[in-house]
Amino acid sequence: MIEVRDLTKRYGSTLAVDALSFDVRPGMVTGFLGPNGSGKSTTMRLILGLDAPDAGEARIGGRRYRDLRWPLREAGALLEAKAFHPGRSAHAHLHALAASNGIDRRRVDEVLDLVGLAGAARKRAGKFSLGMAQRLGIAVALLGDPPVLLLDEPVNGLDPAGIHWIRDLLKSLAGQGRAVFVSSHLISEIALLAEHLVVIGQGQLLADTSVAELSAGAASLEDAFLRLTGASTQYGRYPAGLTQRKEGPS
Amino acid sequence: MTVLTQRVPAGHYRFRHVARMEWIKLRTLRSTWWTLAITAAGGAVMAVAIGLNTISRNADLTNNVLAGVIPGLLLIGVLGVLVITSEYTSGLIRATLAAAPRRPLLLAAKAGVFGAMALTAGEAAAFLAFFAGGAAFRHGLSAPALSQPGVLRAVLLGGASYCLIGLLGLGLGAIIRHTAAAIAVLVAGVYLIGLIIGAAAHAVAAYLPIFIIGNSLTTTRPEQCAGAGQCLHFLSAWAGLGVLSLYAAVALAIGGWLLVRRDA
Repeated sequence: MIEVRDLTKRYGSTLAVDALSFDVRPGMVTGFLGPNGSGKSTTMRLILGLDAPDAGEARIGGRRYRDLRWPLREAGALLEAKAFHPGRSAHAHLHALAASNGIDRRRVDEVLDLVGLAGAARKRAGKFSLGMAQRLGIAVALLGDPPVLLLDEPVNGLDPAGIHWIRDLLKSLAGQGRAVFVSSHLISEIALLAEHLVVIGQGQLLADTSVAELSAGAASLEDAFLRLTGASTQYGRYPAGLTQRKEGPS
Repeated sequence: MTVLTQRVPAGHYRFRHVARMEWIKLRTLRSTWWTLAITAAGGAVMAVAIGLNTISRNADLTNNVLAGVIPGLLLIGVLGVLVITSEYTSGLIRATLAAAPRRPLLLAAKAGVFGAMALTAGEAAAFLAFFAGGAAFRHGLSAPALSQPGVLRAVLLGGASYCLIGLLGLGLGAIIRHTAAAIAVLVAGVYLIGLIIGAAAHAVAAYLPIFIIGNSLTTTRPEQCAGAGQCLHFLSAWAGLGVLSLYAAVALAIGGWLLVRRDA
């Protein structure tokens, strides 16, 4: 269980996360949706204690991340695909992280098998494709067999078979009673995966609802999402500038 | 919904767990071993070259051959910088901090593991340089023996200086976080500023890392006179060791403080 309360983060004059509050409950996949730059990654970093919030707090299983007793066994995270040294093998990378939390070395081979990297485990990870790097990141998240998982854009770089695989994997992890929190800017992807949705725009909570409720009043989930986030995106309409000039006084 | 049983064991992660992680990280990079090998081999080659070209019977022969350690110090210092800056370059620091979020503990583990490795490699390199250089003496000079006054101390402290410069590099890396900038500050601080200030202001020269290593730690006679009226008063070996340790400790303390305060 993840509890986020009034979480606020400012970078200079930009309010990246604005008094955000929501829960991520066990036993289901919670989708974390928002347009690019809406504060999803920042929120994840705040939950993991990588960045310090200006106000509010986040707790995992009742504790702040930095107070976790065995962090990797209590929460697993995928933040960025290539968070490893390019000169080290996938096996060495996982072995080092496992050691920090007293995780048995056999678990390293288990997760390498699980993500389909057993064959490439001893090669320099710097040679990995984006998809392989993403799988290594997922292996790190699963290393401690944690009850809470946070994954930032996990389908990035995966091929269709890989996307199908991770969808099934995350659903089965949630089915085992874990709290699974997955961010994406792809509403279509989240629709196939999540039961619950947390939607943000410009760092503010726009919706905290079930997928069924959100799509109920709209033609499609995508329509519902676009209507919700419309005010928080900065895309212009292509002919907008031209039209305005025509309408101006001549 | 099935309820997940908590399989988290009692207790919590400690220094020894984080230190094991750091040790695995260090030993699984080929560049670590190359750097150490080049450091030791380079020191021995320098020492042989010095040994072959030493003529003066009055010189501190131990100090002469241990001058071979000076270039290798730079490599160990750079390795210390990379222990932390390479994690920022690759993004690994985020995975590391997710595994071990208590940041002072993390830096302590890095310093402990890297410091132990640098000390071991440094002592090996210093003894190698001492014996290789000693064997190369000609011109009727006989090699100094470890049993002579101050010789064993000079060799041991020569080895320790690798460890301290390495830790200084680690501290600078934690403060600066960018590889190139941290290396530049290390080189400037240890070598260049030392040479410039050393030439200009003799009073502070004794406190500069390069002079502490060259004229306090690796010498059997800490006070040297280049000629009448040209006496430089260098620190004693132990005072020099203390000052150099203080530099490394201050860099690590500031680095640790910034590591806690800054977003990763």
